[in-house]
Amino acid sequence: MFVAARRIGSSPCSQTCTPITLEGVILGIDTSIGTAVAVIEPDGVVRAQLDSGDPRGHAEVIGDHLARALAEAQISSGEITHVAAGMGPGPFTGLRVGIAAARTFALGRGIPVVPVVSHDAVALDRLLLAALTDAGEGRFAVVTDARRREFAYTVYEGMDDDGLPVRVTDTALVPRDEIDATLEALGARRLDATVVPAGMLALAAARAVAAGRRIAGDDALYLRSPDVSAPTAPKRVGG
Amino acid sequence: MNRDEPLVLGIETSCDETGIGIVRGRTLLSNTIASSMDEHARYGGVVPEVAARAHLEALQPTIDAALVEAQVSLADIDAVAVTSGPGLAGALMVGVGAAKALAVSLDRPLYAVNHLVGHIAADILDPDAPPLEYPTVALLVSGGHTSLLLVRDLTTDVELLGETVDDAAGEAFDKVARLLGLPYPGGPEIDRAAATGDPNAIRFPRGLSRASDMAEHRYDFSFSGLKTAVARWTEQTRAAGDEVPVADVAASFREAVVDVLVTKALAACEAHGVPRLLLGGGVIANRRLRDAALERAAAAGVAVRIPPLSLCTDNGAMIAALASELVRSGRPPSTMAFGADSTLPVTEIQVAERTADRAGSS
Ligand SMILES: [Zn+2]
Repeated sequence: MFVAARRIGSSPCSQTCTPITLEGVILGIDTSIGTAVAVIEPDGVVRAQLDSGDPRGHAEVIGDHLARALAEAQISSGEITHVAAGMGPGPFTGLRVGIAAARTFALGRGIPVVPVVSHDAVALDRLLLAALTDAGEGRFAVVTDARRREFAYTVYEGMDDDGLPVRVTDTALVPRDEIDATLEALGARRLDATVVPAGMLALAAARAVAAGRRIAGDDALYLRSPDVSAPTAPKRVGG
Repeated sequence: MNRDEPLVLGIETSCDETGIGIVRGRTLLSNTIASSMDEHARYGGVVPEVAARAHLEALQPTIDAALVEAQVSLADIDAVAVTSGPGLAGALMVGVGAAKALAVSLDRPLYAVNHLVGHIAADILDPDAPPLEYPTVALLVSGGHTSLLLVRDLTTDVELLGETVDDAAGEAFDKVARLLGLPYPGGPEIDRAAATGDPNAIRFPRGLSRASDMAEHRYDFSFSGLKTAVARWTEQTRAAGDEVPVADVAASFREAVVDVLVTKALAACEAHGVPRLLLGGGVIANRRLRDAALERAAAAGVAVRIPPLSLCTDNGAMIAALASELVRSGRPPSTMAFGADSTLPVTEIQVAERTADRAGSS
């Protein structure tokens, strides 16, 4: 007999993060701007890092990037212990490709997904660089293109004891011509990002897991409702 | 990989159904579907961004549920299959990204396939039906497509005879339902309303059915003119101060759609000397369409095949079934380079096949 079609409701996925060990290997995936994939060790050693640098073509590129990153890191998919997923903000269509990929890659190996705010990776990159050069970053805002004449921004100031960037504001949208005034009011220097380093995304995830913290929710950071309006009365066709 | 009875997991996200199917060879193990239809109801049609968001959230729980039902684990899967197109681009991309990562994660081959050909492949999962005979004409009718195909071989040779030049038939049902003040989705509502109506009460136009249409659009469909005709008729009736006879309008509209679908499908059978017609797509759930097709096909000496209705609506099982046939016929997997192709032609049954391997493998 036939297996009947089963209909199930959609529900947000929930992940439980297993503790990270020094033997962990983290796969980072972010498609909030380009298609960025990295494989790192928990101490931050980057074994592979790829980025298309192209704000389009995520669905085309993601598979090759994953396969190449594993090859360059000289590991099999079975050795990955955690998948860091860049949750945005970013243009929705591309952003979803990476989140979907992170979830099914993890599902395939029975390992956890660690969601990370994509701006955190940019901030961590900048903060680590500043620490190296002793420059001191002060308060700064990671700013990315949100399309529709808007920017997405998140304000940061320093790193906490777990080595994670401290968010001063949640991620938000602002009209392009208001960004500078907004950041000035917040006392934050503007840092435009055109790349999300997947290695830093994975490192943020590794640090969050090591500290037993959740640093992002399970939902994509859309920041906008779907662009739809309920239909009006049917149009008259004349006569 | 087991090439005779491959265990294939199929992912379908071309419209508003997140479909995960698992087949072993030609045996259906699971057909699991999460639909975002309810979320589209208040908009009167599928909203692409709403559908794409729902796919992302539904994927993992739907895969989990499908595995449980099929009583297999991901480690057992021989190949992953996914719809590359046609469909809504943003929705398709969720499935493509998910399928590629799953294939890399499991280190298994990936088959990117055509959604429309998948609708035909649904038929091979019917354990009670004799094997599909070739060639066959296929009529696929849903909210997203209305296509008439000539299938000479499921995995190698599918030709597009005609398709809708504007709305899909299912869309016409939705739009006319709205005109009549009926809720979404329109198909079942029109059906209900039509039950007590006279299908011959109003003679609505049959799109692209005039002699002058035959040269260029013999097997094409058009439903936007029909929708406009229904709108005009109801407006005029109201303007004259009369009440709109909803049952008669629904029945007459449905008859116009069914008539043109069946007429063109049987014309294609006759012109190509093919006494076989396969029906697929969600609108096949419409009882009047099935009855009219069966009745008129019998009179024309055409045998009709209809896959189980649970496999006519969009689903992942049909995608897995098509990939399973590709594996069984020794076809190499797709390369990783394919994307979501919202207008993928039906002649492209498998996308981005590894052509370099092709000679060696077959
Ligand atoms: Zn379909």
